[in-house]
Amino acid sequence: MNLTMYEKIWDSHLVVEAEGQAPLIYVDRHLMHEVTSPQAFEGLRMTNRKVRNPHSILATMDHCVPTKDRHLPIADPIARKQVEVMAENCKDNGLNLYDLKNPNNGVIHVVVPEHGFVHPGMVVVCGDSHTATHGAFGALAFGIGTSEVEHVMATQCLPQKKSKTMLVKINGTLPKFSTAKDIALAIIGKIGTAGGTGYVIEYAGEAIKDLTMEGRMTLCNMAIEAGARAGLIAPDEKTYAYLQGKEFAPQGAAWGQAMAYWQSLPSDEGAQFDAVVELAAADIAPQVSWGTSPEQVIGVNGVVPSPESFDNEGKRKACESALAYMGLTPNTKITDIPIDFVFIGSCTNGRIEDFRVAAEVAKGTKVAAGITAIAVPGSYQVKHQAEQEGLDKIFIEAGWQWRDPGCSMCLAMNGDELSKGQRCASTSNRNFEGRQGKGGRTHLVSPAMAAAAAAAGHFVDIRNFG
Amino acid sequence: MEPYKKHESIAALMNRSNVDTDQIIPKQFLKKVERSGFGAHLFHDWRFNDDGSDNPEFELNKPTFKGAKILVVGDNFGCGSSREHAPWAIADYGFNTIISTSYADIFYNNCFKNGILPIKVSSQQLESLMAEINANEGVRFVVDLENQQVITPGGNGFTFDIDPFRKGNLLSGLDDIGLTLKHVDKISAYEERHKKAFPWLWAQ
Ligand code: SF4
Repeated sequence: MNLTMYEKIWDSHLVVEAEGQAPLIYVDRHLMHEVTSPQAFEGLRMTNRKVRNPHSILATMDHCVPTKDRHLPIADPIARKQVEVMAENCKDNGLNLYDLKNPNNGVIHVVVPEHGFVHPGMVVVCGDSHTATHGAFGALAFGIGTSEVEHVMATQCLPQKKSKTMLVKINGTLPKFSTAKDIALAIIGKIGTAGGTGYVIEYAGEAIKDLTMEGRMTLCNMAIEAGARAGLIAPDEKTYAYLQGKEFAPQGAAWGQAMAYWQSLPSDEGAQFDAVVELAAADIAPQVSWGTSPEQVIGVNGVVPSPESFDNEGKRKACESALAYMGLTPNTKITDIPIDFVFIGSCTNGRIEDFRVAAEVAKGTKVAAGITAIAVPGSYQVKHQAEQEGLDKIFIEAGWQWRDPGCSMCLAMNGDELSKGQRCASTSNRNFEGRQGKGGRTHLVSPAMAAAAAAAGHFVDIRNFG
Repeated sequence: MEPYKKHESIAALMNRSNVDTDQIIPKQFLKKVERSGFGAHLFHDWRFNDDGSDNPEFELNKPTFKGAKILVVGDNFGCGSSREHAPWAIADYGFNTIISTSYADIFYNNCFKNGILPIKVSSQQLESLMAEINANEGVRFVVDLENQQVITPGGNGFTFDIDPFRKGNLLSGLDDIGLTLKHVDKISAYEERHKKAFPWLWAQ
C-alpha cells in the first residue's frame, strides 16, 4: 500500500487499540517547560506514580524568564516560583534540564534541535502548541495539555485520534526576500486558521526542498496557526547533515541504522492525502498581518482590507472588530502603517539564520526615532554564535537592545510587553488581542521585514529597501 | 482516583444557567503551580465579598448546603474556556456529582477524569428536583451509579443514562492513566522492540 509519512509514523507507534478507548500511541520524546508542567508533576506525586522513561525528556525554562539582568533574582514572584518548582521537579525525577544558568538554555523549540534531540520518524510531544516545529525533521510533533503531560510521563503513551492528512505543496522557487515565514503566513491567509483543523499537514514541493532546516522549523512551527495538529516535512540530506554530530544524534554504527529507517519515512509515490492545497512560490510576497488572527494577512504591497471586501458575514465581522482593535482604517497602504516597537525572536524566528538576515538589513541603519527594537535570541547558543559573527554589534550600533534568550515578547509573560495602543512589528507567531501586552497591537512579519521597519519607522517593502 | 461509591448526600442547588469555567475558577488562580487546593477558589467571585469575607447571598454559602457532594445546576454547565482547573476545583471542594440538563463537551469529559459523575436529566426532572430542594433545603439524595439511579425523599427519583465504559471507570476509580496502565504489558513489549530497533535512543 502507498502510505503517507504520517501514516507510517502512526502505524509504527501504535501500541494498542482497545475497545472503547482511543488508540494508544507511543511517545519517543517529551519536551518540557516551566509553565505547563508543574501540575503534571503534582499529579504524579498525588497518585504515587513515577516518570517511566526519564531519558525521553528534555526540559528548559523559557516562558517566564527575564531577558536582561539574568544575574538578579526574578522579580515576579509567580515566575520565580515556576522556575524553582521546575528545577525541583527535574531534580526529583532525574530529568535533563537546561536551567537559567545553563549555557544550553533557551526556548524549548530552539534548544531541542540544537542538540539533535528529535529525529525523523519520532513521536514528540510537549505541553506547548508550537511543538509542531519539530515536524521540520520528519517527526510527528504536537502540543498536549497538562493532564496529558502527566499521562505521558507515567505511561510513555497517549490516547490519540488519528488525523486526516493534508498535502500543502509550494511549487517553484521562492522570490528573493520572501522567506519561510512568508510561506507560513501565505498558507494561513489562503486556508484560514481553521483550514487545517483535524489534519496533519505535510509540506512538499520545490520551495520546501530549498528551505534550510531553520526555515523548515519556522514553517512547521506555524502549522498550528493553520489549525493543523502538526506539520511534517520529509527528511532529506539537509536533515541528516543538520543532525550529524549533535549530542543526541546516533553515533558510529547507529548512524547507518538510523539512516536506513529515516530514508524509509517519506510518503510513498502515489500515497493518498485527504486534502491537497497548492501555492505558487512566485506569488508569495513578503507578508504582514493586519488583524488579530494570523489569517488576517496580506502582501506588503497591499492595503488594509475593508470589511465589505469579505464575502462572508463572519469574516466581515472579524475584520471590523480587528480593525477597531488594531486602530486601522480600510485601504491604508501597509507601508504607511507606523510602528512603535520591533521584536525579533521566538521559536518561530529566533534562530541564527533569522538574526543573520535581520542584521544584514539593520547594518548601517538607525532605529527610527521613538521606536524600541529588541533582538531576543532563541537560545544562548544562538546568542553566542551571533556574537561570534559580530551580529550583536550591528544591532547595538543600529540602536537595538541585544537580550538574553527566552520567549519574551512572543507571549509577554516575563515583563517584556507592549503598552496599550503600541504597535509592534513582530517575528513571533500569534497576533491575538493582548498577546504582546494588554491593548498591544501585533503585526506578524519575517525578520528582514522587522529590521527594515525598525529603521524606517513604518512597514517597508523589503524588496525596495536600502 | 477514588472509586465512585453509592452514597447519600446533601444536594446543593445553584439555579443558574450557562455557568462558565471562568466563573467556576477565575483566571487569576490559573498561575498556581499546584493542582490541589483549587476548591478554596471555586466560584470565587460569587462566593466572596471584595474584602475576602463570605458572601452570604451566594447559594453554596448557605449553612444548609455545607458538606454537599451533589450539585444541582441550570443548563449548559461548564461552558467557556477548556481549563482543566474547573473540574479540579469542583472535586477539590468536595462535589462528586453534578445534575444538570446539559454540559459543555470538554467540561463533561474532564469530569470523568477527575472522579466526578455528571448526570444529565430532562428539564422537567431538573425543575422537580429544584422544587424539592427549595421546599426542603438540606435534603439528601441517594446516588447509586451501579444501578444508574437517583433516589430522593420527595419521590423525584429517576434513572439516568451513562456510557458503560465511563461508568466502569468511575466505579473502579480508574483515571485515564490507570486505563492506559492496564496495557502496561503491551507498552513494555513495545519498548523491547523499540530498544532493539533504536538502541541509541535508550543510551542514558
Ligand atoms: S517563543 Fe512563543 S510560541 Fe514559542 S514556545 Fe515561547 S511562547 Fe510559545
